[in-house]
Amino acid sequence: MNPALTPEGAHPLAATVARLVWMLPLLPLLGFLINGTLAMLGAAKVGPADPSADGHGHGHDDAHGHGAAHGHDAHGHDDHGHPPRHKFAGIVSLVGPGVLVAAFALALGCFFAMRSVEMEHPYLVTLFQWMPVGDLALDATFLLDPLSMVMVLVITGVGMLIHIFSVGYMQDDPGYPRYFAYLNLFVFFMLVLVLGGSYPLLFVGWEGVGLCSYLLIGFWFSEKANADAGKKAFIVNRIGDFGFLVAMFLMFANLGSLDIATVAEKAVELPMGGAIATAIALFLFLGCTGKSAQIPLYVWLPDAMAGPTPVSALIHAATMVTAGVYLVARSAAVFSMAPVAQLTVALVGALTAFFAATIGLKQWDIKKVLAYSTVSQLGYMFVGVGVGAYVAGVFHLVTHAFFKALLFLGSGSVIYVMHAAYHATHNHDDAQDMRNMGGLKSYMPVTFYLMWTATLAIAGIPLFSGFFSKDEILGSVFARIHHSTLAEATLLGIPGSTVLMIVYGLGLASALMTAIYMTRMMLYTFHGPNRTGEAERPHLKEAPWVMTGPLVVLGLLAAFGGWLNVPALLGAIGPVGGLEHWLEPVVGEAGLRTTLGAAPHLTHETEIVLVGIAIAIAVAGIAFAVMRLKPAALVPKKDSPASEGIDRVLENKYFVDEGYDAAFVQPTIGVSRIVLWKGIDAGIIDGLFVNGSALLARAFGWMGSQLQTGQVGTYAWVLLIGVITLLGAFTFR
Amino acid sequence: MTAFLSSINYNAWIVPVLLLLPVFGAAGLWAHALMSAKDPDDKRWREVRLLAFGFFLAEAILSLGLWWSIDPAAAGWQAAVDVPWIPQWGIRFSVGLDGISMTLVLLTTLMMPLAVLGSWTSIRTKPHAYYTMLLLLTVGMLGVFASLDLVLFYVMWEIMLVPMYLIIGVWGGERRLYAAIKFFIYTMIGSLLMLVAILYLGSEASRIAGAPTFSYDFILNNVRLDPTTTLWLFGAFALAFAVKVPMFPFHTWLPDAHVEAPTAGSVILASIMLKMGTFGFVRFALPLFPSAAMNPAVRSFIIALAVIGIIYGALVALVQPDFKKLVAYSSVSHLGFVMLGIFALTTESMQGALMVNINHGVSTGALFLLIGMIYERRHTRMIADYGGIAKVVPIFATILTIVCLSSIGVPGTNGFIGEFLVLVGAYKTQPIATVISATAVIFAAAYLLWALQRIIYNKLDKPANEAVKDLNWREIGLLVPLLIAIVWMGVYPKPLLEKTEPAARRLVTYVEAQAGKAAPATASNTAR
Amino acid sequence: MLVESLALSAVLFTIGVVGVLTRRNAIIIFMCVELMLNAVNLTFVALSKVYGATGQVFVVFTMTVAAAEAAVGLAIIIAIFRHQRTVNLSNINLLKG
Repeated sequence: MNPALTPEGAHPLAATVARLVWMLPLLPLLGFLINGTLAMLGAAKVGPADPSADGHGHGHDDAHGHGAAHGHDAHGHDDHGHPPRHKFAGIVSLVGPGVLVAAFALALGCFFAMRSVEMEHPYLVTLFQWMPVGDLALDATFLLDPLSMVMVLVITGVGMLIHIFSVGYMQDDPGYPRYFAYLNLFVFFMLVLVLGGSYPLLFVGWEGVGLCSYLLIGFWFSEKANADAGKKAFIVNRIGDFGFLVAMFLMFANLGSLDIATVAEKAVELPMGGAIATAIALFLFLGCTGKSAQIPLYVWLPDAMAGPTPVSALIHAATMVTAGVYLVARSAAVFSMAPVAQLTVALVGALTAFFAATIGLKQWDIKKVLAYSTVSQLGYMFVGVGVGAYVAGVFHLVTHAFFKALLFLGSGSVIYVMHAAYHATHNHDDAQDMRNMGGLKSYMPVTFYLMWTATLAIAGIPLFSGFFSKDEILGSVFARIHHSTLAEATLLGIPGSTVLMIVYGLGLASALMTAIYMTRMMLYTFHGPNRTGEAERPHLKEAPWVMTGPLVVLGLLAAFGGWLNVPALLGAIGPVGGLEHWLEPVVGEAGLRTTLGAAPHLTHETEIVLVGIAIAIAVAGIAFAVMRLKPAALVPKKDSPASEGIDRVLENKYFVDEGYDAAFVQPTIGVSRIVLWKGIDAGIIDGLFVNGSALLARAFGWMGSQLQTGQVGTYAWVLLIGVITLLGAFTFR
Repeated sequence: MTAFLSSINYNAWIVPVLLLLPVFGAAGLWAHALMSAKDPDDKRWREVRLLAFGFFLAEAILSLGLWWSIDPAAAGWQAAVDVPWIPQWGIRFSVGLDGISMTLVLLTTLMMPLAVLGSWTSIRTKPHAYYTMLLLLTVGMLGVFASLDLVLFYVMWEIMLVPMYLIIGVWGGERRLYAAIKFFIYTMIGSLLMLVAILYLGSEASRIAGAPTFSYDFILNNVRLDPTTTLWLFGAFALAFAVKVPMFPFHTWLPDAHVEAPTAGSVILASIMLKMGTFGFVRFALPLFPSAAMNPAVRSFIIALAVIGIIYGALVALVQPDFKKLVAYSSVSHLGFVMLGIFALTTESMQGALMVNINHGVSTGALFLLIGMIYERRHTRMIADYGGIAKVVPIFATILTIVCLSSIGVPGTNGFIGEFLVLVGAYKTQPIATVISATAVIFAAAYLLWALQRIIYNKLDKPANEAVKDLNWREIGLLVPLLIAIVWMGVYPKPLLEKTEPAARRLVTYVEAQAGKAAPATASNTAR
Repeated sequence: MLVESLALSAVLFTIGVVGVLTRRNAIIIFMCVELMLNAVNLTFVALSKVYGATGQVFVVFTMTVAAAEAAVGLAIIIAIFRHQRTVNLSNINLLKG
């Protein structure tokens, strides 16, 4: 790290609790180590000294023991009333959430320390030299600035709540310690991601969270579908990571460094809109499309719902998937030099928001609705950071973390209750299908009210958190249509202002659909008659307090999170632009570059009109859903007819998965097997050249051997002819 | 530590001792074979494996001092010993180390005990011969890394072939004879041309020196040949090394040899023997013939082969039904990264290449050990015969996952550091090749995770797998050092990087300077 | 006398060669080989008149060798006969490639 940038020790934060910032990731890492050890101790049974001895001898009893244990694991859920809790459940429940509570406390300490000092530069803490190679002097450096502070607070805060929720949700799972080990490890990598002071270190976290996501999606790995989903998530993410890698190569070759601060410094010296800045930004964005599930790499996120629901809440809604947004905001300097890339980001974000919302309209699985909603909302965030409204994007990231975590945990609570009811009655119906729910509001009122709070927030009803952030994004897009570097650039021949108008339109359309599908989800789940089944109904009851408690906290945040960044228009209700001021040192300059130096300005009248439109759309969406959808008309999943036409297309997600499979996966495997392996490797190289040359040698040998008749007489004749020839040759030469 | 080592004059005797100890070991095993001829077989193989392990352990412990005693920054050879061997022809027993060869020597001496432990219970036929072969193999491998005389190098290079041929051919799987002969002839053809080149170089050097010599240093500093000859000699060396690496399209011996070899054979092949090919490029082909190696056409050709190897190895690995074969093809892919790093010729990529060398030795060695362990229990290597075994063998599953992640190159493991350095460095001189190669991060994840899923995840639906027992303490104990290495080199690679940096930097500078001198026209291509 | 002796030995030698080449019975081939040896012996003896007694000494050598050869050769032929029940060389082609 550039020492001139931050004289170590001289930084005002060095005298505060923030000097312990390196402990932030280490706490969850410690949790991972403890829980991981406990998981191994609980599950493992060291084998006999001589593994080649087959199971007939002394190992016979062992074999039976294993078989029995296996049967217990696999069928425990179905056959027994309450499986005993894991033997280490107590200590794991203490350590798992405990380290997050400690980390959150430390994060709060850092936050207040940061508020109390004036800091001009980010606070850098170098732990050790990491890759000191040639010109690449990479250190393991943590970078604490307002942006990473916001992320750290979200990760540790929301993460803490979700850990606590998990204590209840996962209590009967035989893999309880393993679950918390993975979850802790995830938080560790996520903190490394947001605190990383260089792109490679950020990339460590970036891939690390992907790894944890892989492990947690495939947590119940005995189901092939779950293992498939985990693998798909990892591989699709790797496609994005390829982009990230190439972006790093470009940075190192052209800017000579991979430190975030140095890159930001050097990037602004690049020519505005030049090829290098554009290429770096676009490749970085390819990384984002993978991690943050944007077109064309969004396909893994809906499948990722195979993991436990708290995982969906933490990783696939609140934190990991927003890493792409964070990365764009973190690289604001680079993006602000590449308007074409910015337009691409905004357009891809808007298209994703729209496209995912249409799919969300027709999903029956409650988690799938939320998954597509997440993809759609991430699209919004990218619209925000794409048009250079970094604060708006990050703001939406934060509010989304609140309300989407709440929605997922709420749905988790619903699934938990549904599952418990089906479990009690040995029913094998789908506990996540909304057609099997209905009328749950009377059985679980707390969850019901909190979920409505989050729904109103995501739909953009005024004074709920989502309203502020979504409105700010749409307002920023509108403001940049006329006066910005984006408006002057062209994307694929289309003028930037037109692109921005399209983005704005798509944003409004998505907002409408968001209101519709969220209301639809609420109606089908909580309203109307109950479709769970006669036998199951008595078993429906509110989830335990350890699960509803975190929900209440998230409900408050979802409702009032908008106060973080109140627009000037509503200055009456709170301090104006809190987050804006907070992030100003990090992204302010880059944002101004996009808006040509002037703060984006809309007249009061325009602003009121825009807000009015947004409110109208949200209300219209909810009203439309309430009027058109009839929960009473639904029948349980097993009695439902297959859908047709456009419904079928939407229900099957436009058949994109099938298309990718046919276009990329199968051809790759086919070409690899038939052409490369059987054709080139076994056929040409081995068959023709290697074994071919052996065959050739053998053929010559065979020809020579045919001269050997084995008849001594022939040999004698040949000898005689030879002697005569030689004699003749010597005599008559 | 350094003070203690110099007080016992460690550098003066360590290399010859490392080379001789296995020979004594082989003699010891022979004595044991004679003395215990009347004992029951069961007793004999238990004794002989202990004896052999003792020698390997002693070798490993003795060699550890090299980490401190070799000063990577010093110019010239460390721990050098130079005595006449065949004076009539000027052939000397001349050995010495630098930072690069020191890391490879340590890799060898440290992997060998683990390889022996890995075949602790699986080798019961002709145990004396088996361990003798392993000991002789060690001599050859260490000799290759330490030789500073071209003839000595060649002898060591060829010495290894015989034990490995026997290890595959006697203790191997069903098609062991085919694999052994293929391995032998493949490598032999390559190295015979190298012998011709060595003799040519020697005669040139002797002419210049006025006395017969095959000294590496002398040839490096004095022999200057015309471009055409250089090209031919480089070709002869490069072919020998390319077969060993192995580079596409000379790789087809590798899957067969790996699959048929016993566990220890596969481990040694992957961890160490392949490294001799890349080491050959770094130590001989590049510095001896810089102008040929940096000739734009030659360089593009080799880089193209490296890139093909990376992608092709990964894609073919994707569709292998046999896990061992899958890992073998993944080696082709990984070693492609090493070649790319070497021929991209930047300090970063060279360092990365050396790092991948070590990483591949650790991770792929661990993979083969793990395959050997599960094979010993289930007697099948077919991926389709497994499934869901994480439930019955959680320790195995956990370790396999970690090692696979390292092989994929997930950050936080050693695999990432090496690949990242290679790519980030190579991009400066070979942008297109680098970007193509970087797609291998996708394929690597695809083939390993897919295999992982089919082995340890999914449903436990095959009855034969239900009784499989988990790893025992010996197996855990031998894997733990590898796991520690994986994480250590991934999190804090600096100590290792520091050991190779000066040598790598010198090499890059030297080759660039020499190539620039020989052919100014290519300067723009190699300049950074 | 010399000329006649050499002519006779040439005739004997040729008969031996032709016999070896054309006959298939091992015994006869063997006898033809002996014939050729004796033709050579005759030549040695005849030429010793011109070149001195060395030729005569060689004849003694040759006869010794021929005797040894006869012993070994006949033993082989008997062995072959026991094995194959024939001494016809057409049937004995173990060296066939």
